[in-house]
Amino acid sequence: MMASPIGGSRIRMPDTTKGIHVKISVTVNGTVHENDVEPRTLLVHYIREALALTGTNVGCDTSSCGACSVHLDGEAVKSCTVLAVQADGADITTIEGMATDGVMHPMQQAFMQNHGLQCGYCTPGMVMAATSLLKENPHPSEEEVRIGLEGNLCRCTGYHNIVKSVLACAAGE
Amino acid sequence: MTVIDDRPTGVLGSRLLRREDPPLLTGEAKYTNDLHLPGALHLALVRSPYAHARIVSIDLTAALAAPGVIAAYTGADLTGLWAAPMPCAWPVTADMKNPAHYPVAVAKACYVGDAVAVVLATSDAAARDAIELVDVRYEPLEAVVGLEDALSDRVVIHDELGTNKSYRWDLKIEDHEGAIDQAFAAAAFTVNERYVQQRLLPMAMEPRAVAAVPQPFGGDITLYSSTQVPHILKVMTAITLGIPEHQLRVTTPSVGGGFGSKLNVYAEELLCVALARKHKLPVRWNEERGENAVATIHGRGQIQDMELAADADGRITAVRVRIIGDMGAYLQLVTPGIPILGAFLYAGVYDIPLYDFSCTSVFTTLTPTDAYRGAGRPEATYAIERAVDSLARQMGIDPMELRKRNFIQKEQFPYTAMTGLTYDSGDHVAAADMAAGLADYEGVRARQTAQNVPGATKLLGIGQASYFEMCGLAPSRVLASLNYSAGGWEAATVRVLPTNKIQVVTGTAPHGQGHETSWSMIVAEKMGVAPEDVDVLHSDTAIAPLGLDTYGSRSLPVGGVAIALACDKVIDKAKKIAAHQLEANEDDLEFAGGTFSVKGSPDRSMPLAAIAFEAFTAHNLPDGLEPNLEAQVTYDPPNFSWPFGTHLCTVEIDVETGQVQVLQYVAVDDCGNQVNPMIVEGQVHGGVIQGLAQALFEEAVHDTEGNLKNGSLAEYLVPAASDVPSITLGHTVTPSPTNQLGVKGIGEAGTIGAAPAVINAIVDALSGLGVTEIAMPASPHTVWKAIQAATQGASK
Repeated sequence: MMASPIGGSRIRMPDTTKGIHVKISVTVNGTVHENDVEPRTLLVHYIREALALTGTNVGCDTSSCGACSVHLDGEAVKSCTVLAVQADGADITTIEGMATDGVMHPMQQAFMQNHGLQCGYCTPGMVMAATSLLKENPHPSEEEVRIGLEGNLCRCTGYHNIVKSVLACAAGE
Repeated sequence: MTVIDDRPTGVLGSRLLRREDPPLLTGEAKYTNDLHLPGALHLALVRSPYAHARIVSIDLTAALAAPGVIAAYTGADLTGLWAAPMPCAWPVTADMKNPAHYPVAVAKACYVGDAVAVVLATSDAAARDAIELVDVRYEPLEAVVGLEDALSDRVVIHDELGTNKSYRWDLKIEDHEGAIDQAFAAAAFTVNERYVQQRLLPMAMEPRAVAAVPQPFGGDITLYSSTQVPHILKVMTAITLGIPEHQLRVTTPSVGGGFGSKLNVYAEELLCVALARKHKLPVRWNEERGENAVATIHGRGQIQDMELAADADGRITAVRVRIIGDMGAYLQLVTPGIPILGAFLYAGVYDIPLYDFSCTSVFTTLTPTDAYRGAGRPEATYAIERAVDSLARQMGIDPMELRKRNFIQKEQFPYTAMTGLTYDSGDHVAAADMAAGLADYEGVRARQTAQNVPGATKLLGIGQASYFEMCGLAPSRVLASLNYSAGGWEAATVRVLPTNKIQVVTGTAPHGQGHETSWSMIVAEKMGVAPEDVDVLHSDTAIAPLGLDTYGSRSLPVGGVAIALACDKVIDKAKKIAAHQLEANEDDLEFAGGTFSVKGSPDRSMPLAAIAFEAFTAHNLPDGLEPNLEAQVTYDPPNFSWPFGTHLCTVEIDVETGQVQVLQYVAVDDCGNQVNPMIVEGQVHGGVIQGLAQALFEEAVHDTEGNLKNGSLAEYLVPAASDVPSITLGHTVTPSPTNQLGVKGIGEAGTIGAAPAVINAIVDALSGLGVTEIAMPASPHTVWKAIQAATQGASK
């Protein structure tokens, strides 16, 4: 039987943890959550399914697209590359935690002002990656923005207005 | 909401920010996979690892015993659920061969990813774990990957057809045939080149997702799907499953991009509905990216043999085109029609008297192809624009000059082409001149002369593509003449509520295009209200029962125009009420800024708000006039819309590595009047990068056994921000004379212009080395090999 490319990118480990659940405690958008999770549960699935925070999207199965980016202890991570058990004790912010008192975060506003989104599927991940980028480099050049966002794919915008949004946010516009 | 109004005249043409954005930006928006459906069963599909194999046996025992598994079925188990095979709505010829195609294969798998069995379980993880336990025995057969190999019938894929050829479709114009041979015989210059349109993976960022929810009593069922075509999906699901159409509701939550790949009726949609009915429980499925690469349609897939004849001045006298279209293993919804959508455009923007087109389409043992951004039209534009550059090189003249000699001139519009279609309006010289100015064309040529000297390690090139796009699908009678099984109209309802808020119901189905914003602007302009006072309802067949959805850059020139016409009908009715109330003659009333007034007596006036309330109470309406202010319009466009433009791409190539760097990309597009320039620009940006990605990065690579070698986003090169340039845009405005808004479609234009502009630039840079052809995608390796072949050939 030849190797199948179907789901070939998903490495299926033998499930040696069947029936085992692990208790984790994570702070998500300021609220502490305690849950029992299977050891194989990815952080993104935990956020989406256990916490019903569906703003964090899944766009691939190879950690390539960045749609699932969240902040973990203040830094952007692809939440499909982290197991929920690894996030035990962590402080996580998802896209749902970015607005304050009904006012969108400046990066969210910049995306709206500059038409930095179309279908919106990559957008939560883009916003999380972009805010993390500006935290590290508050005044990036266009090239630095493009390189800084290379882990987040968008199929609609051609990136032009995403880059414009991030530069506008950095400039305080 | 912030409005940056750069036009003093009103809402239309302003850069109104999108009302769609806040829910998408905050995570509030729900995509299909976000829906909370308690008790839903999860579907997972066992997919063939072989491109071509007989199914010998399937053992479901172990899967059925796995935790959480509720049921498992083979294709044979499910045959009773299908009233008809999966639909192909475009039998392009009367004798087109179309193999019966069912959601789950029964006897044979015909591509890697073809479903052979399904599992239903209480969670997605349980279902996916269980498909690993389904034991399928296959008898592998030979794969058919190459198009010419397929045509040879060395291996016939569908035994019952006896051949791999699906159809041959000719666009032959009476009396042209002999004349074309004469034109080629008499030509001072001829071009005869072969281009390959590689297969592409559409890769919308949201993979597909489906959920079918049966109502507990009465048999109604709601289908949620990440689709571009809820209305078409409803009709086709009813037909394919033999269920009453009125008991089926299709609705799309937010849809994360489509690009044509969600313009289809897929096995998983039919399976979810059929199994939800069977099990009387919600059934859902969400596609993994690896599945998406093989189970969602592919784009392009053509071999194009392109010939031009030209006289001594470079006037093109004839075009002859022969293409082979790769259908893949089966005909999906509009698979066979894709090459035909391009069939009329191989003369491009040029005034060419003689035309001959023929397409032969074949089955291969690969994923079916179907619509992908531009669908047939990028392929056609690529071929003519590459060939024109080739002609210019042969003649030793500037390609822009050669194009100008051949352009259909502004005065010739409306221009009836030899194919019988009428191009509504255009000004190619203006678009080309604007692009040349933005790109500093003369300056680049001067730099090129200085830089591209013998021994140079970095070579400069500039490439042009000028295009006409046939979009705004479509006049129903034209579709009939092409054997398409549906019409091309669009429906709209405009309803003024008692408090003067307005509801618009549209049959378009947006998935990123911002229809809610744009349609509110059309209504605001027409009715004299603020855009915020207009609600736009769509994408739910219970709310918007009539519609033909979103594809083919049709939403604005068909759906948007339908809305404008519905506004006119509402205004006509309101005028009757105003005349009655003001005791004036209808002819003496004028409507401006949301108020009717008697001409010459502005104090005698009545605002729409008051009329809406009168229409609602119905206390004092003219005799025989129905209460309420509402109108419905179904609009069948009299013509396609014909956006056009010129793109110029400047590249620099590292001769030692073959690396292509795009220095500048200029796109000048003319889509007539712009409703919202911000949204137009976004469509062009995205389209250009998708076309540029075909030119430089993307290709679905299959081995000789039909395995997709790069079916993940780690291997398939969807470009990232760091891979692509910023884009310089310009717009000329040549209104369409065929609709009251003067608009043309813009969703596909960028993609159509980009691939030929980029490849022409690369060939232009390397032409001094003797390179005349670069295949797509122009990876560094491909470019380096072409440089090596040319320079080694020259040194011999």
